[in-house]
Amino acid sequence: MPPALAVTALVKTYRGGLQALKGVDLRVDAGDFFALLGPNGAGKSTLIGIIASLVTKTSGQVRVFGHDLDQDPEAVKSCIGLVPQEFNFNLFLPAGEVVVNQAGYYGIPRREARVRAERYLRQLDLWERRDTEMRRLSGGMKRRLMIARALVHEPRLLILDEPTAGVDIEIRRSMWAFLKDLNAQGTTIILTTHYLEEAESLCRNIAIINDGEIAERTSIAALLGRLHTETFVLNLKGRVTELPSLGGFVLNHVDECTLEVEMNREHTINGLFDALSRNGIEVLSLRNKQNRLERLFLDMVDQNHADARGAS
Amino acid sequence: MTRGPGTWRRYWVTFATIFGKEFRRFTRIWVQTVLPSVITTTLYFLIFGELIGGRIGPMGGLPYLDFIVPGLVLMAVITNAYSNVVSSFYSSKFSRYVEELLVSPAPNWVILAGYVAGGVARGLTVGATVMLVAMMFTRIEIHSPAVTLLVLCMTAVLFSLGGFINAIYANSFDDISIVPTFVLTPLTYLGGVFYSIDLLPGFWQAVSLANPVLYMVNGFRYGLHGVTDIPLGWAFGIILAFIIGLSWFSLSLLRRGVGIKS
Repeated sequence: MPPALAVTALVKTYRGGLQALKGVDLRVDAGDFFALLGPNGAGKSTLIGIIASLVTKTSGQVRVFGHDLDQDPEAVKSCIGLVPQEFNFNLFLPAGEVVVNQAGYYGIPRREARVRAERYLRQLDLWERRDTEMRRLSGGMKRRLMIARALVHEPRLLILDEPTAGVDIEIRRSMWAFLKDLNAQGTTIILTTHYLEEAESLCRNIAIINDGEIAERTSIAALLGRLHTETFVLNLKGRVTELPSLGGFVLNHVDECTLEVEMNREHTINGLFDALSRNGIEVLSLRNKQNRLERLFLDMVDQNHADARGAS
Repeated sequence: MTRGPGTWRRYWVTFATIFGKEFRRFTRIWVQTVLPSVITTTLYFLIFGELIGGRIGPMGGLPYLDFIVPGLVLMAVITNAYSNVVSSFYSSKFSRYVEELLVSPAPNWVILAGYVAGGVARGLTVGATVMLVAMMFTRIEIHSPAVTLLVLCMTAVLFSLGGFINAIYANSFDDISIVPTFVLTPLTYLGGVFYSIDLLPGFWQAVSLANPVLYMVNGFRYGLHGVTDIPLGWAFGIILAFIIGLSWFSLSLLRRGVGIKS
């Protein structure tokens, strides 16, 4: 089976000279749940815009399930569903009509479009709001409606650009479950997000784009495997005024009742608790100081900036 | 993607969806879209036709009220076809829901046809309503229904295309009122709506011949009354040439993504 997405030597130079993409190569296999990460202005939205035909490329090739964007744009567009970052609705139309119209743009007859719209609106808990004008929906509802709209033509590749931005935890979790289920049914998903926890818990593979280039393209597991240290925050039962010396663990005070412990991968949590117990320190709770992927991401971006400064 | 019968059916559904959306839009807000033209032309009929017209005397061999009916109907068609497309397409750009169409496999010509059909529908709806109003002031016997309908449709198509091009280039809501105010209105008023070009001195007659609205008004006047300042073949030829030119230009703008893609 051809890859869901194959991007080759993709370049985008905007009028004014800004080069947003500098020869991007990227492959996403069919059935993958793929994360595309990068800092603001890295070129993520430009890349997605080109794939979805919202931005014209300067040069390079885009193929979706084997269809070339230049040779057969209609086939490429039929394969893709896009959930953009910004709301892009006619705010005066009822929610149901937005979804039915979108199906019509893909050539799905109105009767069938209504059936599909009902299916996706129900799945995303929006059916009761089908007659409500878009402007009267909450931010979370609009986000879910954009997913229903992108799915109504049943695309093989779903691209989501920051789909959970600004939605509360509960809705975010339900959207994650929905997307996982969709991926399990065979839809390839590409996700950009600023919530790195989202990428870590949903995606199998990842590309990090920085300054218009792919800085890394690997599996989430392989990327996390590169972490050498992790930092935990411990809430203590009593007060600790002087830090004990624990071999292999680096302790820092946050306050008298809270410690930070940095440990490398050779040590275990059991070993940490044993050492703390020996020193009479009791722990009430423990949590990761920082999302693991976030830490790797920041390290990578910092390294790229350092390389760029070195080169110049 | 190979083009089989399924493809053409898909194109038809897409066209019908765009047209349906446009039709529902202007009929839902009929107080803003249909009623103003009806009120304005009723005032024209009342003031220029009934009150002043009686003192002006016949024009082009017709009572003055009968003479201005075709021009006023056509003026309503022109204004409404143009403003329907320019406001609808520009709003879709402004609120970015034009992206719903751009990401879909709808070919550019289907998108253009859908919007133009919406403009034509509003133009003809308002034109027909104005015609009904005119019938309250004078008796209208249509000389050639085929010519009347053809000129109306072609005019609506032409100005819908004009509205589309205006919307493509517009960067603000101010930009969509500049062309109607500074181009469309003068062209319409100087296009022989209220007078025969025979009244003009030779030089201004020649200048008037460069005004495309003149051909439409006279073509329509022929359709209604069998009277025209311009040979009918010329009128159709000029309108058709403008339609072909503006269609080609609109499709070229869509293909290049001018104003809608970065």
